[in-house]
Amino acid sequence: MANKIRVATTSLAGCFGCHMSFLDLDERLLQLAELVEFDRSPITDIEHCTNCDIGLIEGGVCNSENVHTLREFRKNCKILVAVGACAINGGLPAMRNFIPLEECLSEAYLDGIGVENPQIPSDIELPLLLDKVRPIHEVVKIDYYLPGCPPSADVFWKFLTDLLEGREPELDYGLVHYD
Amino acid sequence: MQVFIENLAASHNYQPTRLLLILRAIQARYHYIPQPAIMQLAGLLDIPSTQIIGVIEFYSFFHLVPRGQYEVLISDSITDAMLGKHKLMDYLSEKLQLTVGAVRNDGVVSLDNTSCTGLCDQGPAGLVNGYPLTRLDRSRLDQIADLINQQKPLDEWPRELFRVDDNLIKSGMLLDRPIARGAALDATFKRGLQETLAEINQSGLRGRGGAGYTTGWKWHLCYEGSEQDAFCDVAAQQQQQRYVICNADEGEPGTFKDRVLLNSYADQVFEGMTVCAVIIGATQGFMYLRGEYLFLYDKLLAILDQRRAAGLLGNNILGKGLSFDIEICLGAGAYICGEESALIESLEGKMGIPRNRPPYPVTQGYLGKPTVVNNVETFLAAAAIAEQGGDWFANIGTDKSKGTKILSICGDCQHPGIYEYPFGTTVQTVLDDCGADDVLGVQIGGPSGTFISNQEFNRKLAFEDLATGGSFIIFNNSRNVLDVVNNFTHFFAHESCGFCTPCRVGTSLLKKQLDKIIEGHGSAGDVVALEELCRLVKNNSHCGLGQTAANPIITTLERYPELYQAQLKKISYEPGFDLDGALETARRMAGRNDPAAHLAQTEAEHE
Amino acid sequence: MSKTITIDGKTIPFEDGQTIMQAATAADVYIPHLCHHPDYTPHGSCKLCTVKVNGRNCSACTFPAAEGQDVLNNIKELTDDRQKITQMLFVEGNHFCPSCEKTGNCQLQAVAYHLNMLDDHFPLFYPHRNVDASHPDLMIDHNRCIFCTLCVRASREHDDKDVFALSGRGINKHLIVNSISGLLKDTDMDMHDHAAHICPTGAILIKRTGYQVPIGERIYDHQEIDAVSLATEQQHGE
Repeated sequence: MANKIRVATTSLAGCFGCHMSFLDLDERLLQLAELVEFDRSPITDIEHCTNCDIGLIEGGVCNSENVHTLREFRKNCKILVAVGACAINGGLPAMRNFIPLEECLSEAYLDGIGVENPQIPSDIELPLLLDKVRPIHEVVKIDYYLPGCPPSADVFWKFLTDLLEGREPELDYGLVHYD
Repeated sequence: MQVFIENLAASHNYQPTRLLLILRAIQARYHYIPQPAIMQLAGLLDIPSTQIIGVIEFYSFFHLVPRGQYEVLISDSITDAMLGKHKLMDYLSEKLQLTVGAVRNDGVVSLDNTSCTGLCDQGPAGLVNGYPLTRLDRSRLDQIADLINQQKPLDEWPRELFRVDDNLIKSGMLLDRPIARGAALDATFKRGLQETLAEINQSGLRGRGGAGYTTGWKWHLCYEGSEQDAFCDVAAQQQQQRYVICNADEGEPGTFKDRVLLNSYADQVFEGMTVCAVIIGATQGFMYLRGEYLFLYDKLLAILDQRRAAGLLGNNILGKGLSFDIEICLGAGAYICGEESALIESLEGKMGIPRNRPPYPVTQGYLGKPTVVNNVETFLAAAAIAEQGGDWFANIGTDKSKGTKILSICGDCQHPGIYEYPFGTTVQTVLDDCGADDVLGVQIGGPSGTFISNQEFNRKLAFEDLATGGSFIIFNNSRNVLDVVNNFTHFFAHESCGFCTPCRVGTSLLKKQLDKIIEGHGSAGDVVALEELCRLVKNNSHCGLGQTAANPIITTLERYPELYQAQLKKISYEPGFDLDGALETARRMAGRNDPAAHLAQTEAEHE
Repeated sequence: MSKTITIDGKTIPFEDGQTIMQAATAADVYIPHLCHHPDYTPHGSCKLCTVKVNGRNCSACTFPAAEGQDVLNNIKELTDDRQKITQMLFVEGNHFCPSCEKTGNCQLQAVAYHLNMLDDHFPLFYPHRNVDASHPDLMIDHNRCIFCTLCVRASREHDDKDVFALSGRGINKHLIVNSISGLLKDTDMDMHDHAAHICPTGAILIKRTGYQVPIGERIYDHQEIDAVSLATEQQHGE
């Protein structure tokens, strides 16, 4: 156990699609489990990550909570990886960047069709939205990028096995996709 | 308006090449280019409306939406900033009650920044409806604001506001003794055309715009064609119509020598163009005058008329059977048009986008015909050489840089103005003459040139050491190098034509990356990233603008790396945008201001 | 004896008047490009085809081949720069591949794949740009325009129409169309025009055809752009 590589994963402004794709490793997950131990991740329900080797981040940064989570990962992971289109360039959530945040919030909570009891949610527990959705490399330093929406299970496999076997990770032509 | 446009187009013979002049007239009258005018013009000139819109959106002095009846522009040049421009701008903005970039609600006045107006020796400077305002201070701005608020016509404003001085402080072989009108042409005909070209070659004269191409050889190639140029049909070259163009689009910030040459030596410049024309067999010439020098336009036209009357232009020049005439075309606010092929595009009534080269203008220039493009100062010198001979010129200067260079000196010195020096003069000599002390460094050749520190003042002004188009901006020790670099880097991003990817995107990225560092958001890798970006833009850009846009950063990073490093935080990474600021809208709308409603810029600050 | 140049050490014949790009394509050497198309006047603006000619950087698509030129193409310095230039094209626009009909058939994306571009490297601009869906058969999504002017040239040189032009300066460059309203529906653009089919990205699209071929079965899903480009452009060159 002690020699296993510790991996943490999370989804910020993402859809968990990258996590689903990760699970597409199927039976290779068993192989991976021999070498890897999961820390904070939707797979484990551990709430905070500590002393990890690899952090996999899905999704871009859309609110203050995302910033805190991302910083926790950066601080606790030796290698931080941007996983998927949203982490890399904001992805679909970033398509709200062309509409002022004020209009987004008004449409959703004040004057949109079907809104009852119009009010902007305000609670100290609620994270506030950033004016723009950002890719994670604009908030913390990122070491590797795995493009794709989502990256295929083969991408995760190639990347992790390269790292585990001490090679500089490389994605061949067929593994690089943005869709 | 319809009649006005119709008459205007008719007065330009419905020539699409005259598009800039036509648009200038419409902008001057309506303070924008109305949509119906665009459609009407497209029909009259038989060009797509998209070409007209493209031109309007390319040049800073044209607008698709109305500007004020008084269009006030204040120069953004670093020298104006050093003379307190920013505070004056704030003052004027308050005085006129409008924000910079906007038109006042009553439509009377608009206020904005503009790139260097070529008045750095008498700034802070600006333009009102295209005419120069000099030596701006609060009392002048009070006066100007009053005149605007009274809606007093421009020709009733005190002349003093528009006074432009030559400030010719030190003259040498060229400026000491302007030639008599016609003397160079007389000498040329007496000596023989080819013999005069030989004298130009003998003189070693090189282009004065900065690049330094050998003038005589350029004239030769235009006439004979070039075996080296794959696009050149050498046999056909000599049969073709040829053109002479004088590049008076002096846009390099800190340069104003052409302003003075055209104000006081224009006759000799035109004579130089005519000498070139008779040698290469051109019948038509153009002077491309930067829009900012509109105030010289009428004076230049009058001189052309005098020259026609004297038999020095027009048909049968000096009775020798050769014809040549010169037309003056005005630019409309685009630095890139100083690049010769962009200038030619602009003369053809298009956006000023540099062409692919080869073919070079000497083979395919204006309207695809062989064309010589030379700087104002080059033609001035060529006229003198035609009269005095090549040796007279070649005896002055250095091995590879013959004759003298006319400098525009501005910035921190007692006597800004025009100075003429033999090539090979040291920077220190110049600094001593213009009364500069406690000097931090000098920007040689403008933003696209080189920043030299006070350890290098023994360096020489010459093509083999410090090449310059004439801009010489002095900074004393009270100045911050990074402010200077910031001003120049923003300038290039503003003036990039946008044709090629590395310059279009790269100049904006340079601006962002430099801003990040200067504003204190830089961290460990950010200077390296900046250097990498500089290299990318320099090596891959299409033309001189992009290839030199990173020079302010590159040349100061070489000399003052510690200045950049000192800006960096001792952390591995920091966002390039204001994180807490990004929460402002959400905070306001949710009515929150608790600690959880804020973000520290970096992890370290958080703890 | 025919004249030759060398590209990365390989001897390649050329005819007078050919550019380096033309000579290379004919000789099965791929030089990455986006604004170049063999049917239209070379433009030289994207700068992906930058090669070293006798040590000097030149655009292969516009620079004439000349006897004895020593051309470097596939070297690390150039491919690194090409990747950065491609990243510039990505960050200045809004390229959200997962939501784009052109994905898998997009040359911008394919060049990026070819160059093994895994991220955007630079900060994203997120510019505000419009979509013009006014035309019954076509749409322009300005978010994806890379200013290659292929539509401008195709419309002018092939369709004889002048529907498109670039306007503006610097980073504010944008595509405009030739109509009073500024909308595509009021131009004489037709879906059968060459200009409608030439866009290397998803900026100009034919309506109702986007998903006829499923994602995953598209051109660049299985073939690399170097092979595709050489095959199609050699045909055009004939």
